[in-house]
Amino acid sequence: MIDTVEYAEKTPDEAQPWAKLGLTEGEYGRIRDILGRRPTASELAIYSVMWSEHCSYKSSKVHLRQFADKAPASDRLLAGIGENAGVVDVGGGWAVTFKIESHNHPSYVEPYQGAATGVGGIVRDILAMGARPVAVLDPLRFGPAGAPDTARVLPGVVAGIGGYGNCLGLPTVGGEVAFDPCYAGNPLVNALCVGVLRRDRIRRAHASGVGNTVILLGAKTGRDGIGGVSVLASATFEDSTKPGGARPLRPSVQVGDPFAEKVLIECCLELYDRDLVVGIQDLGGAGLSCATTEMASAGTGGMRIDLDRVPLREPSMTPEEVLASESQERMCAVVEPSAVDDFLAVCAKWDVLATVLGEVTDTGRLRVHWHGEQVVDVPPHTVAHAGPVYDRPRYRPSDLDALQASGPDVLPRPCTPDELRSTLLQLAGSPNLASKRWVTDQYDRYVQGNTVLAQPEDGGVIRIDEATGRGVAVSTDGNSRYARLDPYAGAQLALAEAYRNVAATGGTPIAVTNCLNFGSPEDPAVMWQFAEAVRGLADGCAALGTPVTGGNVSFYNSTGDTAIHPTPIVGVLGVLDDVARRTSIGFPATGGTIMLLGETRDEFGGSEWAHAIHGHLGGRPPTVDLERERLLGEVLVAGSQQVLLSAAHDLSDGGLAQALVESCLRGGVGARVTLPDGLDPFVALFAESAARAVVVVSGPEAERRLADLCIARSLPYVRIGTVTPGTAVLDVAGLFAVPVAELRKAHESTLPRLFG
Amino acid sequence: MPVRVGVVTFPGSLDDRDAARAVGLAGGEAVPLWHADPSLYDVDAVVLPGGFSYGDYLRCGAIARFAPVMRSVVDRARGGMPVLGICNGFQILCESHLLPGALIRNDVRRFVCQDQRLRVENARTAWTSAYDGGAEPVLPIKSGEGGYVADRRTLDELEAAGQVVLRYLDGNPNGSYRDIAGICDETGAIVGVMPHPEHAVDPLTGPSADGLGFFVSVLRRLVGSAA
Repeated sequence: MIDTVEYAEKTPDEAQPWAKLGLTEGEYGRIRDILGRRPTASELAIYSVMWSEHCSYKSSKVHLRQFADKAPASDRLLAGIGENAGVVDVGGGWAVTFKIESHNHPSYVEPYQGAATGVGGIVRDILAMGARPVAVLDPLRFGPAGAPDTARVLPGVVAGIGGYGNCLGLPTVGGEVAFDPCYAGNPLVNALCVGVLRRDRIRRAHASGVGNTVILLGAKTGRDGIGGVSVLASATFEDSTKPGGARPLRPSVQVGDPFAEKVLIECCLELYDRDLVVGIQDLGGAGLSCATTEMASAGTGGMRIDLDRVPLREPSMTPEEVLASESQERMCAVVEPSAVDDFLAVCAKWDVLATVLGEVTDTGRLRVHWHGEQVVDVPPHTVAHAGPVYDRPRYRPSDLDALQASGPDVLPRPCTPDELRSTLLQLAGSPNLASKRWVTDQYDRYVQGNTVLAQPEDGGVIRIDEATGRGVAVSTDGNSRYARLDPYAGAQLALAEAYRNVAATGGTPIAVTNCLNFGSPEDPAVMWQFAEAVRGLADGCAALGTPVTGGNVSFYNSTGDTAIHPTPIVGVLGVLDDVARRTSIGFPATGGTIMLLGETRDEFGGSEWAHAIHGHLGGRPPTVDLERERLLGEVLVAGSQQVLLSAAHDLSDGGLAQALVESCLRGGVGARVTLPDGLDPFVALFAESAARAVVVVSGPEAERRLADLCIARSLPYVRIGTVTPGTAVLDVAGLFAVPVAELRKAHESTLPRLFG
Repeated sequence: MPVRVGVVTFPGSLDDRDAARAVGLAGGEAVPLWHADPSLYDVDAVVLPGGFSYGDYLRCGAIARFAPVMRSVVDRARGGMPVLGICNGFQILCESHLLPGALIRNDVRRFVCQDQRLRVENARTAWTSAYDGGAEPVLPIKSGEGGYVADRRTLDELEAAGQVVLRYLDGNPNGSYRDIAGICDETGAIVGVMPHPEHAVDPLTGPSADGLGFFVSVLRRLVGSAA
């Protein structure tokens, strides 16, 4: 029988499965206080998913406030944190929206569908802002490259991202793939989507205007994904993955249909063009529970829904299942009554199912009916915007002092030319630094015809205006070893690297999104890592003048009982006035002078060398100098705008050596390099000091002008060699030489060997 | 008056805007056609673009074949109108029996997106006459079901009649028989190719501008025939 509001009032003592749904006793009590009675089964379903960690940010909110409180002034920000995605003004009447989200646990349980629906979800967030999605980037983390479970998870995740993104017609232009034992039982699948719109056409998730019609459009609603946010993205995930765990998780993973999403995108864009939408929200985590309560809470305040009108795949579904279902490819729109016919006609043109569910009211209540009986009567604000907030206990991890004290200085270093040569090749072929073509060649990078740069470039560059060449650059970065050693610095280094990557392409960095992947917030050591990372990122964004526009928190990521390394992934968006002036990492076939910008120090804590060669993690990450990053960025952007640079590549994992390898391979040419005086060759080649880049300039005039740019900013620069198109050899003067073909073999054979 | 080239959008088409852009860059006028259109209006040629028409459910191109617009395309094509099918469009041409053979899952069993060197084997078709025979353009391929197959007799006939238009060089990316990347009908008006010439029309956004020749070819042919 159906648990109605009336029945709930009569049966205050009926036992309810609040614990199974992930609520605490205190939270359940609070729901009873708000309602003045016990919740109905449907209401309990709504509160439990909306008050889950994933939807409510209850453990992270107190920290995330810093992103707003410390945000640098920016007149570019058109919509910020709290919207489906942030929107920034990129000039010329254009705006860009971008956001990153995680789909970690679903991708572990069911790699293909988990990753596919991760892409689908973030794309709908972007669509809900009124934008055409134009690009995707996918930062991925897996367990050890050679581990059997990685061979299960990685190919499925990659095929899922490709299968969904390719079919949507979205170019995948960047991201990362990295391996570490800490992700063995908990891979990270983050997805960033970029969308483009006219700056005066932003859409919002508001249910405004009494009497306006609420319409559900897109796929039918089924039982897939029920409990996605409360089970998969919460503490109960851990218990359930253990042998004999609480219950099988696969039904909690949503199933994607990219074709349905493709037509939904085109349909929504036509609805926007014809101005038929008052407000719109995607249905993702927490499905209709989320869309109805969030839209009502952000709008006029009330909504009346006839839930039995929702088209179902399974006619036997209960109202609470309908409310909690996370079936994909659905949107919820608010439409003026006079526009409903036109709205439905556009949906019919695209064969998109659209159903009137109810209307906007000014009652201040969300009232849901099921075959004439009322099953929900709640104040939407208490569900969507006034959920529980916890300032959870935190302390510095007890092992951190020992970890920081165990620096990389004790590790044996290569000294002889032969040892240095072999280290370079070993690193170039190590899973983290090896070519990711095996992965990225499964993604369509050309579709839409606006891809100017894509992986393995430092950042993706997308043209948004064919007439003027205006475009955007995006990069995502994150080094969890750095963050493990020092989460404050680690978050700033992730920001710095993404910022540097965007600048290296020629883009002026303007905004930031972030995906914070951490262990359990109930572990005080994890909570400390989280608080430090947020503080570091907020301070870093203030220093660089790039506000955080939105993002996502993913807690409860652990392998067995051990939390993953703290993994803040930072996405930076930049703007280029003319994408024809972008800078590639590839050394040019026309030759040129190679300059090293920035300062190299003996910094190996958390380095790829320590990890790949010695399996060592300890010490301190590289020094953070954000003012230096900003100045380096200025030089890289000015160099691009003044057409001084024929190549630029940021230095990060693997240091100068890896950058040289990648730039030679990208250009298909050799280089002759003389390491700077006064530096130990090993340090010069492999140190991971931040705020550095290599650039190529052609001719003494360009070299002088680049020098002037550096001198004006007190940025160290040194000429280290020349591109040698004729030789096809990377020659490090006085030490060793490696043919480009040998580099290519080392760099490109690793992933195919591992994954077929 | 510029030559009018129709570009069909099926639900799930992805490279339709790119095909239209390429037509424009070559000097023609791209006319958008919708899968449900009852006629082709007054277009002089048609491009069936890449993508996943109708989600590629059942089989790539199998549903698109029954789209209302395809009745007109088939009729006009049999009457000699130039038609270019790219990727999914090639699959649709095969499903429509305008071209022989079929496209099956790549032998590597993965979607493959890469820059591919090719050889133009037949530079007399409506869509390749701007190339020199033996030219080696570099075009992107991006497909999961790009393996061209046909029975041996059909393959021999295609070879003998010069109906193999494009062949893969530097390695076969998908297991296509005899490295076939594109074929044409007996008249050379109907061409199907797996690589994407519309994504190689500007070095800024593609690996080359080598693909522009496809669109230049058909415009020249049509201007010539009108004169």
